[in-house]
Amino acid sequence: MRGNPDAHELIAPGNLDSVLELLAKEPSEWTPIAGGTEIMVAHAAGRLGAKKLVSLWGIDELRFIKEKEASITIGAGATFRDLRAHPGIGVKLPLLAMAASWIGCIANQSRATLGGNLVNGSPAADSSPALLVYDAEIELASVRGRRRIPYSAFHTGYKRNAMLPDELLFAVHLPLRFAEQRHYLRKVGTRRAMAISKVALAATAWLEDGLVREVRLGAASLAPFPMRLVETEVALLGRALNAESIQLACAALQKEAKPIDDIRSTGAYRKRVAINLLTEFLTALATEGQGR
Amino acid sequence: MSTFPAIRFNVNGEDREVRVAPMKRLLDVLREDLGLTGSKEGCGEGECGSCSVRMNGELVNSCLVPVLQAEGASVQTVEGLAAAGKMHPLQEAFLQCGGAQCGICTPGMLMAATQLLSVNAHPTMTEIREGLAGNLCRCTGFTRIFESVIAATAENREERIEEPAHAR
Repeated sequence: MRGNPDAHELIAPGNLDSVLELLAKEPSEWTPIAGGTEIMVAHAAGRLGAKKLVSLWGIDELRFIKEKEASITIGAGATFRDLRAHPGIGVKLPLLAMAASWIGCIANQSRATLGGNLVNGSPAADSSPALLVYDAEIELASVRGRRRIPYSAFHTGYKRNAMLPDELLFAVHLPLRFAEQRHYLRKVGTRRAMAISKVALAATAWLEDGLVREVRLGAASLAPFPMRLVETEVALLGRALNAESIQLACAALQKEAKPIDDIRSTGAYRKRVAINLLTEFLTALATEGQGR
Repeated sequence: MSTFPAIRFNVNGEDREVRVAPMKRLLDVLREDLGLTGSKEGCGEGECGSCSVRMNGELVNSCLVPVLQAEGASVQTVEGLAAAGKMHPLQEAFLQCGGAQCGICTPGMLMAATQLLSVNAHPTMTEIREGLAGNLCRCTGFTRIFESVIAATAENREERIEEPAHAR
């Protein structure tokens, strides 16, 4: 333990309004901490810059999962254990349930929250590819009120996001209209548990009369933040799936993906694997044939 | 240090109170302030699981919990497994099956296994592997550890895995 607990203030107001008031009164002064699976790692290593922290743990207003006919709303404070235990998510948002199951290990999943995963903004975030292909919307809260933005516009750069200094990530809204579409998610890491992605690719798609009517591709670790592969999607839209169109999509991905070399992998390897994953998905899609 | 407000929680059935910095890690509070040195520090970053304890019936890495977030919680550590001078069936099984060699990972393994059995009394090998995936061992070998968990759940055991009330 190289960090000094005495050097950091931590308070737990216990309700959402008090947290928002604090963020409004002293914007950028307070760092919210939920399950601590990121912040406490930095703390132990002695590289936690935040001097004032406000705990979100135990605030029930943030820890909920609400299922309606056309959507599921997940409070930012819901843990990945909560997500895995929710029957609606398992059936209607299977990619998210899958992603939740391979985040860290049980002890991490008991504490790590969906909101924390997104605000932390790792390019390798496990929940992000699934949220991208499900067209998730982010609801932000502040004393000024609430606003919603598409998740695809949430990340704005490496570890940067669209939140204003007085805002807190309140919830993630997921439409259920993808339940009938083809789904795909694969993470490539060094082992099944506890591994941070070298690359991950998620996809949803809808074929009609043999043509790609809708396709969404979400990737981790191919850019400074998790992102939709829009150019690759465009290369597929309206086309029949065959060797030629799959090759075109792979060429688009080759251009669009901008992975880096780092401690976990190389850019070249990541790009190759991303193309392999896309090929795997599209080949299966072509073989399965038509339908939603 | 006494300038800090009291933080109260229950550990292994006993109400405890500490006055420490709220960002002090639960692991350090257990070991330094409460004298419960069963929970070990391995990596200090949530990778190795040797600091695993149960908090309100969930498995957590105590190195990643600021003690303020344990306020009001029920915490179970490896010291809370044995009851009335009798080892927990998991502890007996680890002993019988050679599931512990150097012992550093063992408290965490036991807590992760306790957590698993609390939600799944008869886990498959795959489920055991997942339940213990966040706990690293570097000397005993995982096979004997997994076999210990299986042995503890075997139908022919006389004592069933019973959770003390404070751990629920």
